[in-house]
Amino acid sequence: MKTKVLMAILAVVIAGLIAVPWIASYFYVFIFTEILILGLFAASFNLIFGYTGMLSFGHAAFFGIGAYATALVLIHLEWPFLACLLVSMGASALLALMIGFLSVRLNEVYFAMLTLAFGMMVFAIAYQWRSVTNGSDGLAGFTLGSFGLGLDLTLANPSVYYHVVLGIVAIAAIVLYVICRSSFGMILKAIRQNPERVSFAGLNVRTYRLVAFVIAGIFAGLAGGLIAPFLRVASPELLHWSMSAEPILMAILGGTGFFLGPFIGSAAFVLLETWITTYTESWMLVLGIILALMVIFFRKGLLGTAIDWWMEVKK
Amino acid sequence: MILDVRNIQTFYGESQALQGVTLQLEAGETVCILGRNGAGKSTTLKSIMGLTPPRSGEVIYDGKPVQGWPAHRIARAGIGYVPEDRRIFPGLTVRDNLDVASYQRKGSNARWTVDGILKKYEMLGERADQDGATLSGGQQQMLAVARSLMIQPRLLLLDEPNEGLAPVIVQQIGELIDDLSQTTTILFTDQSVRFALKHAQRAYILEKGQVVHEASSDELRADQATQDRFLSVA
Repeated sequence: MKTKVLMAILAVVIAGLIAVPWIASYFYVFIFTEILILGLFAASFNLIFGYTGMLSFGHAAFFGIGAYATALVLIHLEWPFLACLLVSMGASALLALMIGFLSVRLNEVYFAMLTLAFGMMVFAIAYQWRSVTNGSDGLAGFTLGSFGLGLDLTLANPSVYYHVVLGIVAIAAIVLYVICRSSFGMILKAIRQNPERVSFAGLNVRTYRLVAFVIAGIFAGLAGGLIAPFLRVASPELLHWSMSAEPILMAILGGTGFFLGPFIGSAAFVLLETWITTYTESWMLVLGIILALMVIFFRKGLLGTAIDWWMEVKK
Repeated sequence: MILDVRNIQTFYGESQALQGVTLQLEAGETVCILGRNGAGKSTTLKSIMGLTPPRSGEVIYDGKPVQGWPAHRIARAGIGYVPEDRRIFPGLTVRDNLDVASYQRKGSNARWTVDGILKKYEMLGERADQDGATLSGGQQQMLAVARSLMIQPRLLLLDEPNEGLAPVIVQQIGELIDDLSQTTTILFTDQSVRFALKHAQRAYILEKGQVVHEASSDELRADQATQDRFLSVA
């Protein structure tokens, strides 16, 4: 019964998402494109945060390098979009392997500081390596050609691009979900609870943490590859440490204990930002208050709180 | 000899917890380490397991020196360990708690399998799909011990398996130890002489980080003077 209701809700949400370009204005097509991309970014982050218990302050490095990779491939090679995304995923995987190799051996605050430090280094490189990255201006002026796989899609059309993003994010989310539900995902959860105890089972905790870190990096890179054509620019801001805070906020806002939490968090974040900034400039102040209230009163996030409330009502 | 601990010295920072502990286990034995609080019982097990690596001395398991190995490698070599705080993984079901630990050895012709355990120990089988956190203290201890079996240990280290458990549960844990000792070598720590003498064949008494006495259970049972001298009344 419970699963049936949940499946029904999920089906309605998916149908609603598919229908966005037909029922809403272009403005909201853009908003929902952003929600989906940032949702994937936050969900990738939650694999290491919510599941494995590692608080990374450098996740934007992978998001940003994904954006730069797609932009560079579009500018210099003019490959189909799908190939660009694969390059983005490969580049972020490589970067995550390097940063992760050096970081996952440390715990808690040391891990957080090290990821922050590496994130800042990546930002500095993008900012200063002008000949490749065009410095603070970022890379712009690229256009999307074909999609790949022989599909004839007009990617320049925001509605079409939205549907492409929706499809890719849905597939990525399913893959992430399967990973989370696998024995591998279960071991990550166990590591969050007590890494030492996992090692008594003969498992090398460091290896598992590194694999989780790289997987999270790959999906963040994919999200980055999707954001570059959407923003029409790959700029250093995407790599900035403040960008690393966004998936943290979104995951907590939506609920770190639930797979879909970060997506809900992304939706809440983007929609609130959109609505609140029409009334006041101080959106960050409002966001701060909301976050403080969430952390103090609703630890489980929007989704967790909603599910708890629903369970109560059903009793 | 399955385990040969030779004169290990272990430190917590500057303070020395073990001042040269030496003990041996033959395969198939069940041995208890007795001693008061702070005598070094837990540290001895942790040193064998590589959690607090000894600064000097040797830990030889199955003919190989294993001191300095990381814990996961020692576990893979066949030493199962149930720490004192006995926490299971909350948020995972009983079955998942076992599954997590069995991941390493899937497909081998293992003596202990998840299904085998759930069938053999009804208490766990009945609660297979229940969140581990909802189990009572005694049930969690059973689960923690069962989980340590999933690595197919040849040597089991149990750190104060009875701590904080009701007498009726202590009896069940004792039965579990008796049952496992049929097939596995066991080294456990305890504060209760009675429990130790009932379930172990031999005992070492630890005081201030050193082995001060070694005896078979029968000898120790008859030796009231030693019991009074080194062990608290429990």
